Amino acid sequence: MSEQNREPGRTYDQATYAVSDDENEPLLTEKRSDTVEPGDALPDDLTRDELTLPNPEEPELARHYTRLSQMNWSIESGPYPLGSCTMKYNPPVTEDVAADPNAAVHPDRSADSIQGTVGLLAGLQDYLGRIGGMDAVTLQPPAGAAGEFTGIAVARAYHRANGEDRSEVLIPSSAHGTNFATAALAGYDVVELPSGEDGRVDMEALEAAVSEDTAALMLTNPNTVGLFERDIEAIADVVHDAGGLLYYDGANLNALLGRARPGDMGFDIMHYNVHKTFATPHGGGGPGAGPVGVTEELEPYLPNPRVAETGSGYELVESEDAIERVHGFQGNWLVLVKAYAYIARLGDSGLADASAKSVLNANYLAGQVDLAVPYGPFHHEFAATAGDAAAADVAKRMLDFGVHPPTTNWPEMVPEAMLTEPTEIESKQSLDDLAAAFDAALGSTAEERHDAPSRTTARRIDQTNAARDPRLSWQALDGE
Amino acid sequence: MSGSPYAPHTDAETAAMLDAVGAADEAELFDIPDPVAFDGEFGIESRSEQALRRELSGLLAENDDLTEFLGRGHYEHYVPSVVDSLSKRSEFLTSYTQYQPEITQGFLQALFEYQSMLVELTGLEIANCSMYDAATALGEAALLADRVRSADGEVVLVPETLREGKRSVLANYVDGAALRVEEYPTEEGTADIDALDDAVGEETVFVYAETPTVRGCIEPNLAGIGEIADAAGALFCLGSDPVALSILEEPASVGADVVVGEAGVLGLPASYGMGLGLFACKEEFLRQVPGRLVGASEDTEGTRAYTLTLQTREQHIRKQRATSNICTNQAWVALRAAMHAAYLGADGLVDLAEDCVTLAQDLAQDIDDIVGLRAPVDDRHQFREFVVGTDQPAQAVADDLEAEGFAVHVIGQHRLQVCVTDANAHAADDLVAAFEEVAA
Ligand SMILES: Cc1ncc(COP(=O)(O)O)c(C=O)c1O
Repeated sequence: MSEQNREPGRTYDQATYAVSDDENEPLLTEKRSDTVEPGDALPDDLTRDELTLPNPEEPELARHYTRLSQMNWSIESGPYPLGSCTMKYNPPVTEDVAADPNAAVHPDRSADSIQGTVGLLAGLQDYLGRIGGMDAVTLQPPAGAAGEFTGIAVARAYHRANGEDRSEVLIPSSAHGTNFATAALAGYDVVELPSGEDGRVDMEALEAAVSEDTAALMLTNPNTVGLFERDIEAIADVVHDAGGLLYYDGANLNALLGRARPGDMGFDIMHYNVHKTFATPHGGGGPGAGPVGVTEELEPYLPNPRVAETGSGYELVESEDAIERVHGFQGNWLVLVKAYAYIARLGDSGLADASAKSVLNANYLAGQVDLAVPYGPFHHEFAATAGDAAAADVAKRMLDFGVHPPTTNWPEMVPEAMLTEPTEIESKQSLDDLAAAFDAALGSTAEERHDAPSRTTARRIDQTNAARDPRLSWQALDGE
Repeated sequence: MSGSPYAPHTDAETAAMLDAVGAADEAELFDIPDPVAFDGEFGIESRSEQALRRELSGLLAENDDLTEFLGRGHYEHYVPSVVDSLSKRSEFLTSYTQYQPEITQGFLQALFEYQSMLVELTGLEIANCSMYDAATALGEAALLADRVRSADGEVVLVPETLREGKRSVLANYVDGAALRVEEYPTEEGTADIDALDDAVGEETVFVYAETPTVRGCIEPNLAGIGEIADAAGALFCLGSDPVALSILEEPASVGADVVVGEAGVLGLPASYGMGLGLFACKEEFLRQVPGRLVGASEDTEGTRAYTLTLQTREQHIRKQRATSNICTNQAWVALRAAMHAAYLGADGLVDLAEDCVTLAQDLAQDIDDIVGLRAPVDDRHQFREFVVGTDQPAQAVADDLEAEGFAVHVIGQHRLQVCVTDANAHAADDLVAAFEEVAA
């Protein structure tokens, strides 16, 4: 336990550029716009009448976006301990590698003429296979949820090939929303599994739910409160005995690097979330990549094309049994280059150290913060409860103390949850600052928390009005 | 053993932290049963930054240095340096989704501006923050149709020329909703209106057309397609991109209900097919839109502020009843596209789009002048690209061109496709000279 109400290590003032009381940085359209008519390259009946868009000069453009950037929190601004999101430092060297002019190729080039590109993809397929303990990997899915869709479509194809019409996917109630939405997208009914008292899969509930309708069980391990599913072998047996497949949501793989592999636990299908585990930048919400690994038995169902090594080089190969595609081309290539670079930079020892330090950091931070953590032993993240305080308000107050708050109010099994994942990149000093920010926010009065934040560009934003009266473009603001 | 270069712990700090948590070493903190613990090695060697850069630039240098005249869904326009330098500011690049809007106003405003530009370009009231690419945006649009159409048809109609990658993704997305993809005939590279009219029936929920089409043809009768779809109670979805839309007919004016397409034509250089899915639709579908939406609101001081909104549509709240499973999307690519569009402005975009018409026209003319080649094959106005007829087997011509340093598409026994934009126009004369060498 920490001392009560320790002073925050620092406070934080975010840039504002208010030119009026009504707004911070004006919209581009409020600065300078032009209306232009198409010329005479095409006949009038094929063209629009006119186009109106902002027309900033380059120096104005540079200032606009620089100002916007200064009103934005990032991993290089400070701690970003969003649970389940694995916000790691994004090494700039990976950007430089991806910016190689030779990486800028068109997807319809013959494999022969881009041996560098397909060679790199083959290398990444191989690395990911080893890290996850999987026999075959596709790099096509452009994010985690797309990886889930790929994986569940593979399961669907497998069951269909066996002449089986299975209709259900089992998902623990603590799972991420994408798991449920993915199962529905693939046409399955969702069967929600309640969590056991210890925060893990409840074996009895699982056995009761599994049936010949079970297509797959989707699991995250460590689960979304950071606990390792200790019964994983028994879970795999139950699902497999019923003819179902076991799917691994790779969001929390950072905790296991070099210590356990989904393939060794009985998982048949997994996705890797490279924008989490392998430190490719989140870019404010993508692009990411969600490669999918499978066992040998399921390899034929992976989407076309895949990269294979031949005697003389690399080629793109197709399988007759492949599911339909999940991306128009080969996925988010530039993200895949960065993932390869990150893995190669760390190697075995760096990857194992990442999991070690991420788990050490979470445990150390939890011990420094004055909050109860109902479930343990946790790994890379912990779900603290804000108790009598509203987690969302505590989070807003933390913004004033130079840190980003954790994920709040999820998973629901922890009341007023503050799901915290510091990752391996925070130092002891930084974790102490983070703990001080937690405690200062908790030590604030309810009123102070309710009125927070006060040092950010925007004060508390009215969410209700945003949804009730949607204004989703500057056109919709006309007259304001 | 060296650790992660990005874990800043000194040995003394690690020891102090282990002491604080009461563990002898880090391994003690892992609660992994022995039978599933991994004690092997991956066999991945750790590289220094320098070695890594040498290795990967060496590997990528194995790509042949060809001048690409390639399109068919993935296009390159010159991306100005300022887009690179601004978008790579770490405040943008290394931020997460805007779950705390008070501290992420910058990105939210940039996405709001992106949405607004698409509203202007499409004439539709709603644009989302992005889908993964044009193909997944098309899949999502078909599912939107399934949700909003009261008729319970199951057919999704697409042109027979649709790029295979798009058709396949669409088929994957609609499988779970028990919809079926069917094709309608085309002529001269665009919709065969009479055949389309015949193909549309009670069971049709969704009619998709593109302009320009995958063969680079500008669709001459969009309004006609819209009327056919409308008469059948089907949704009319138009595929295009923000450069083409700068001069082509405004989608809203031809009756489009949804616009999808590849917005990565702005902001992204050639990236091996990585894209930015454009998604815009009519306001009446607001509560059924897939993906993220940024809206304007006010903070407690009455200052305008931006926030992700209408999130009850999304998976983290609505779970299996969400409008889509999408979470991470292509936000940073959308940021780059908005920067590029702002850099060009209305006049720059219109000029660029006009160049896409005249460059294609001029190059087709030059190729058509060569004995043994005909271009464009389709009797349509072309945008960026066009089909070339060859007397020689097309594959042989393409191989010979590759030996001369050029890449073009082979799309049939005697059919090539060639794409020209501001990014490769400087080499168009050289391509023509190479064609002269190899085509006769
Ligand atoms: C546990 C879990 N599963 C799935 C996802 C979805 O991944 P993505 O956002 O890459 O689609 C996330 C991340 O947001 C997650 O935390």
